[in-house]
Amino acid sequence: MTAALDTDTALGKPIRRKEDAHLLHGQTNWTDNIQLPGTVHMAILRSPMAHAKITKLDVSGALKQPGVVAAYGAKELGELNGGVPCVWPVTDDIKMPAFPALAIDKVRQVGDCVAVVLATSVAAAVDALDAIEVSYEALPAVTDMEAALTSGSALVHDEIETNACYVYKMPCGDYEASRAKADVVVARRFINQRLIPTFMEPRSVVAAPMGMSDEITIWSSTQIPHILRVLLALVTGIPENNLRVVAPDVGGGFGGKLQCYREEILVTNLAKKLGRPVKWTETRSENMVATHHGRDQIQDIEIAATKDGKILGLKVTLLANMGAYLQIITPGVPLLGMFMYPAIYKMDSYDFTCTGVFTNKTPTDAYRGAGRPEATYAIERIIDELAAEIGMEPMELRKKNWITHEEFPYTTVAGLTYDTGNYEAATEKALAMFDYDGLRAEQARRRASGDPVQLGIGISTFTEMCGLAPSRTLGALKYVAGGWEHCTVRALPTGKIEVVTGTSPHGQGHETAWSQIASSILGVPVEDIEVIHSDTGRSPYGMDTYGSRSLAVGGQAIKAASERLVEKARVIAAHQLECSASDLEFINGSFHVKGDPSKSQALGAVAFEAFTAHNLPPGVEPTLQAEATIDPEDFSYPHGTHLAAMEVDTETGQVKLRKYVCVDDVGIQVNPMIVEGQVHGGVAQGIAQALFEGAEYDEDGNLLTASLADYLIPSAADLPSFDTGTTVTPSTSHPLGTKGVGEAGAIASTPAIINGIVDALRHLGVTDVAMPASPQTVWRTIQAAKAGAK
Amino acid sequence: MAHITVTVDGTSYKGEVEPRKLLVHWLREDIGRVGTVVGCDTSNCGACTVLLNGRSVKSCSVLAVQADGSEVTTIQGLSDGNEWHPVQTAFKECHGLQCGYCTPGMVMATVDLLSENPTPSEQEIREGLEGNLCRCTGYHNIVKSVSYAADLMSAGPTKGAK
Repeated sequence: MTAALDTDTALGKPIRRKEDAHLLHGQTNWTDNIQLPGTVHMAILRSPMAHAKITKLDVSGALKQPGVVAAYGAKELGELNGGVPCVWPVTDDIKMPAFPALAIDKVRQVGDCVAVVLATSVAAAVDALDAIEVSYEALPAVTDMEAALTSGSALVHDEIETNACYVYKMPCGDYEASRAKADVVVARRFINQRLIPTFMEPRSVVAAPMGMSDEITIWSSTQIPHILRVLLALVTGIPENNLRVVAPDVGGGFGGKLQCYREEILVTNLAKKLGRPVKWTETRSENMVATHHGRDQIQDIEIAATKDGKILGLKVTLLANMGAYLQIITPGVPLLGMFMYPAIYKMDSYDFTCTGVFTNKTPTDAYRGAGRPEATYAIERIIDELAAEIGMEPMELRKKNWITHEEFPYTTVAGLTYDTGNYEAATEKALAMFDYDGLRAEQARRRASGDPVQLGIGISTFTEMCGLAPSRTLGALKYVAGGWEHCTVRALPTGKIEVVTGTSPHGQGHETAWSQIASSILGVPVEDIEVIHSDTGRSPYGMDTYGSRSLAVGGQAIKAASERLVEKARVIAAHQLECSASDLEFINGSFHVKGDPSKSQALGAVAFEAFTAHNLPPGVEPTLQAEATIDPEDFSYPHGTHLAAMEVDTETGQVKLRKYVCVDDVGIQVNPMIVEGQVHGGVAQGIAQALFEGAEYDEDGNLLTASLADYLIPSAADLPSFDTGTTVTPSTSHPLGTKGVGEAGAIASTPAIINGIVDALRHLGVTDVAMPASPQTVWRTIQAAKAGAK
Repeated sequence: MAHITVTVDGTSYKGEVEPRKLLVHWLREDIGRVGTVVGCDTSNCGACTVLLNGRSVKSCSVLAVQADGSEVTTIQGLSDGNEWHPVQTAFKECHGLQCGYCTPGMVMATVDLLSENPTPSEQEIREGLEGNLCRCTGYHNIVKSVSYAADLMSAGPTKGAK
């Protein structure tokens, strides 16, 4: 017997967030706020060169500076110079070069760590960096992926004798046969540019030996305290049971804090060596070069179709920039996209090849969507190009090829089985909200009148796979860990509830949403539920937060543990009420004897009984708690339709996002206010990729966008308000019917924007616009198209 | 070292500071007012915004010695913790924050914006907060929060207002 989800509960209500009170009053616990007695502060000498031999390194001068306690290069650090781990060797023959925390003999990216100084203040440590003597012999920088793969290219890692990290192929069906049958083949090269996650709270880590014990506590601004603990144990050799990792308040991550960073390794090892707390907080400028980047793919996409718009096959050939080293899941990010290129469309064949490439740039890794935004961008762009090629309305082309709602569950050409979806419903709603027909009419008028400001309509009908992940699937992909999640629920003797989750919220509002799930099952008010997370000392088991998994996987564990707690309580309540457990109904937090409304027992009273243990039924253990560790049955597949009205000034290249409408189907919504907020934020980040952001390097490998003055994340003045809507098609592979929403907006919005700009300019001969579509880029694209047309 | 006296959130603090020390570092490191945070090193993000003699400033672009003799109000002094300033109420009610890192600056910039323009349009809000970056919300709910705060404040002394 399981406790049913009561619909008249906190579940599904836009409850205001528990998290907000302390955040709005500055009563926060960011890692950088931690000031322990005796702390020494670490400052890092970073490489100013993208690729160079270290010909001299002498840290002794730093030791003579005021306040300096220690200084190390790789030589001085010796065995404590741990290597940054990569846990996703995607192929058997992948090249996995060493990534020492402090560079040994050679630097391979601007921002590589060369030496560290530890001093009694941040200022003293930074000042003393100047006293380190270092010299370099420049080597040719590898900055272009295609050039990197040619013979004769300089090598990022000499010992592996190539810049190719791996080649991964997934042929599905016979693409060449599809191509041979096709009336039309459209091929395009898309550049999915490099991005910098740019969470607002810079990374920070503090490690402290705890008194006479062997324990070291590490506070880190991380998304993954549990995984970090395992990895730090493996890297440092400190027994895992002596490491406690705490992620206090964490100010955003977007994948950028899904990592075991070199600075975390250095701080941990140096705290142990020095026997005192060590702290490091990055500056924003350090963040831009030393925190992993995202995206950076060259995408060669080919689609084969009939002339009436039936898609036959898709070929995807990627170059994926790994950067200088492999970090936690660097090689795997493109594979998270691999399954999603066919997206919502039916086709006979799909051919995927990805080559991972080393360059002298900051390593890439997960950034909001991780592989899936790249896939969605490519497929939604090529669909528009195919529509233009065959003269079909782009939404009609989509409708002709998408999986209809009657066809679920549907196994795609890439081998995934989508459990549910209703693309028709989401699209119909979005079209109505957008006034699609009205805007198409306006577009025609402007085109006819030769208006210098042209209107374009951008479409993105996306889906994604999230809720990472079924462990067996991760194993098949050679990822070295599982994708399960854990929860313990405790009913305390005073009637309060503790929900201990292995997920690690960092701004999303999970404390509120988790309380709503538990409340809906336990019948206890949301305010009486405390969510405990992000501390391996208090929440020992977990796989943390990424891949829109915290609800889709973590939520299942909370549901299961809560239900198990009710079942244990039922046995005790039956004993108290002198009836059979099967005679009890559990309604709104109390057990009632069926047919005798006068006899009931509240959960809190049962918890107290379990606490005193004075009169428990035979075989029942004291305390009222239950746990669950859940491995998800499958991924979840949120989807939606996003529409953008883009005004493009053909004389200046200025682009204006006039209207943005999106309808997302994320299944059952635990808290629709939080869902909407996640969509807003994701959409904004996706728009930012399309219009504003790009990590630019010069040919010597210098990052040109190395501060917030140069890397343009949008301000309030750069964005409009968004019209959001939802449809609800519950997931059938997840017990709560939820799907996940953290990444959806960022996955969907980028192609909607670029499709809109190209749509505004197609009559001028424009077939693509590079991202970010700055006025200069758009203007040059228009000029090139006009010149080509002459 | 220079001697300074600064009133922060109603309490007078005296200190000796290096002339190069930024106000935000003095607030955080010397007097423990860690509610105000640092988000960048180029004065772009606005996370460190406080009120200096009633007007918003990025406390990373003011030296501590420049604040000598001044009154500083941070997010921690906007209300006493039990009572909420209407801007704080509005940000909670309209889900105007997610991770909360930009929030101290965003709230303080909003207080200044509304003191200058009690009934801003959406465009005026967007332009008024241009110097404060948020990475979580896409600004949609921040704009709503500011509008709602303006409504709360123009409705007269609201419950919870300081």
